[in-house]
Amino acid sequence: MENEVKLTAGAMVTLGLATAALVVLPYIQVRDVPAPEGLKPYTSAELRGRAVYIANGCVYCHTQQPRDKSFGPDAERGWGRATVPGDYTYDRPHLLGSMRTGPDLMNIGVRQPSRDWHLGHLYQPRAYVPGSIMPAYPYLFDIKDKAEPGEEALKLPPGYAPAGKVVVATPDAQDLVKYLQALNRSYPVLPPEPRDAAGAAAPAATPASAS
Amino acid sequence: MDSAVMSLLGAFLLSIIGLFVFIWSMRKGLLMENPRAASVIFAQGEIGKVDDPALHAGHRAQLQAAAAEPGDTLHPPDAQEISQRIEADRSSAFPVFMFVAFACLWLVLGSVAGLTASLKLHMPDWLVSEAWMTFGRIRTVHLTAVLYGWITNASLGVIVWLLPRLLRTPLMGAMWVMLGGALINVAIASGIGAIGAGWTDGMEYLEMPWQIGLFIVAGMVCIIGPVLYTLVNRKVESLYVTVWYHVAALLWITLLFLVAKLPGVHYGVQQATMNWWYGHNVLGLWFTPVSVGAIYYFLPKVIARPVRSYNLSILGFWTLAFFYAQVGGHHLVGGPVPGWLVTLSIVQSMMMIIPVAAFSINMAGTMRGRMRLALRSPTLRFMMFGGLMYMLSSVQGSFEALRSINQITHFTHFTVAHAHLGAYGFVTMVLFGAIYFMMPRVLNWEWPYPRLITLQFWLAAVGILIYFVGLSIGGWLQGEYMLDAARPFMDSVAVTLPWLKSRSLGGALMVASQIVFVGHFLAMALRFGPARTGAALFRAGAHTLEVAHGK
Repeated sequence: MENEVKLTAGAMVTLGLATAALVVLPYIQVRDVPAPEGLKPYTSAELRGRAVYIANGCVYCHTQQPRDKSFGPDAERGWGRATVPGDYTYDRPHLLGSMRTGPDLMNIGVRQPSRDWHLGHLYQPRAYVPGSIMPAYPYLFDIKDKAEPGEEALKLPPGYAPAGKVVVATPDAQDLVKYLQALNRSYPVLPPEPRDAAGAAAPAATPASAS
Repeated sequence: MDSAVMSLLGAFLLSIIGLFVFIWSMRKGLLMENPRAASVIFAQGEIGKVDDPALHAGHRAQLQAAAAEPGDTLHPPDAQEISQRIEADRSSAFPVFMFVAFACLWLVLGSVAGLTASLKLHMPDWLVSEAWMTFGRIRTVHLTAVLYGWITNASLGVIVWLLPRLLRTPLMGAMWVMLGGALINVAIASGIGAIGAGWTDGMEYLEMPWQIGLFIVAGMVCIIGPVLYTLVNRKVESLYVTVWYHVAALLWITLLFLVAKLPGVHYGVQQATMNWWYGHNVLGLWFTPVSVGAIYYFLPKVIARPVRSYNLSILGFWTLAFFYAQVGGHHLVGGPVPGWLVTLSIVQSMMMIIPVAAFSINMAGTMRGRMRLALRSPTLRFMMFGGLMYMLSSVQGSFEALRSINQITHFTHFTVAHAHLGAYGFVTMVLFGAIYFMMPRVLNWEWPYPRLITLQFWLAAVGILIYFVGLSIGGWLQGEYMLDAARPFMDSVAVTLPWLKSRSLGGALMVASQIVFVGHFLAMALRFGPARTGAALFRAGAHTLEVAHGK
């Protein structure tokens, strides 16, 4: 009798410890982090675009977490400052990612603000980045004889548009581009708390960590 | 309180508790060697009698001759215990067949999807016209099909087959187990359909929408009930270490999945830590304990010698449970998460060397002087390969967690190579071996073409080695190029291309091995091939041995 009790109880205790450390404590720590002032909630079009990003698994090749200078030249590549937990306040699900088959996208909206570039790049990445191994996404576009009223033909580099036809972005593609353009975490955030008394110049900026 | 102080205090308290547990276990004599517990997988008089149902009689006699050692006395095994085992096997046969059949189905689908995804990485304009074919979806179909479809089904088959044997009790509530299996496979099928259609929860390893995930939880509960009931009503006195690993693993995966899938709780950065808590523990607390537990049964069983040190195996169990569970955070080294969390996970990653060493020393001790038996027994070959890969991938994982190495390998194909070394080189190979051992007993039929087993082993082994070596080199170079700010990012893509192609080559060999395996399984299930009847072990007289002992 002792054996199976020891087995189940022990198994639950070890899992409980791990859950406390990796799930509950971070939850408590992050729960009360306010959104930084510069961060706006996603608009509904951006959220729809985010859903397209998720549905097509963009996260498997692109991270959204530029790292600190001490960890790699992310900032030097123009990918932006290291992110802080507050930057992800509105992200459900999180899209931090684990792979950089392609570049980090956290600030792609700053680096590449052009809507035309994004649409064309989604239609055929190799038209803009030779050697890219990103898949083309032709199913996000319609190929027509001519654009209908209210529609806009893609401005593709010469040789990439189908002969005699025009390429028109579907609503999915337009939303996705709006989401990519909204990926902008370039607003300033508070630097980490100073370790010594040297930075006593800003008494008002003490975060409320009274507990 | 400062979180760093808090975590230090927590670590201190834990060490004190650990010390007390250690002192207590010394007093209880738990560290005394216990050869009786290690021999519980054998019937009375069975030690020294090899067992590999994947062989036919002639080859089994050769294996027996090769395994004979001075001092062996060959009594016929205790008839009552053997009949208990036959009864136990009979009680689980139908659910086990169901799990293995589903596992084979998903294995073929999942590996074809995996090869497609691999090819797409160096042929980016191939198969792009439909949304479900795009890389992000096919890759995820691959992951879901092999992780949940193949490994989970096959693991459940192994667990459900082994527990009644080890407990010397017929499986109670087999119908519930079948129902659970049906629910789980409904969820896997719907999950794969949903991902193909673009409906996903969007987190790695947790893509299956939570509405579908509910079926997985319900299915696991249906399986855990009968398993625990069988455990409580067991006829054997001491629990063999495999039971520890397998029962704990069932409980762990169910709770992990349940917590991870709770809707509306996780968001932002906390969700990322939860994601990796789950993502790593599904390997550490589900695949690993199932496979390690299987090795602890099959390897001694085939060579007919109890495992070298029973206590070392129990030590391995508890340290695995404790350390592995907290490893996940190292996936976020350098990420926007609290520093203490990453440090904790790195420390625990290094601590993982303890259970791995316990396992490896134990297995090396058990196999000492008997390595040559692998030439004759397919089950043993798969188990030894898997055990070796367990050691390699775990040690590699421990070092990969260190900041200096992680800096290079993080976000690169190196991690993918490492994951495949664990999930394929270790877990899948062990499951192959276990299935080769189990199926003749489950189906009362021998494997029709034993040569195919050898062929499959070499295709799989060579395939995974090409895959792993190539992709590791490619991933390492990719990481170094990315860290060099003077190089444009595109260089880090270009440098991986030849290695991505080598991955496709290795992957193709692995797919070929899978097709051989599943084809052979089908032939067996449909009773094709040379006619042989009777489960290998139980054929009358097959084991009243001709081998002279003390030769």
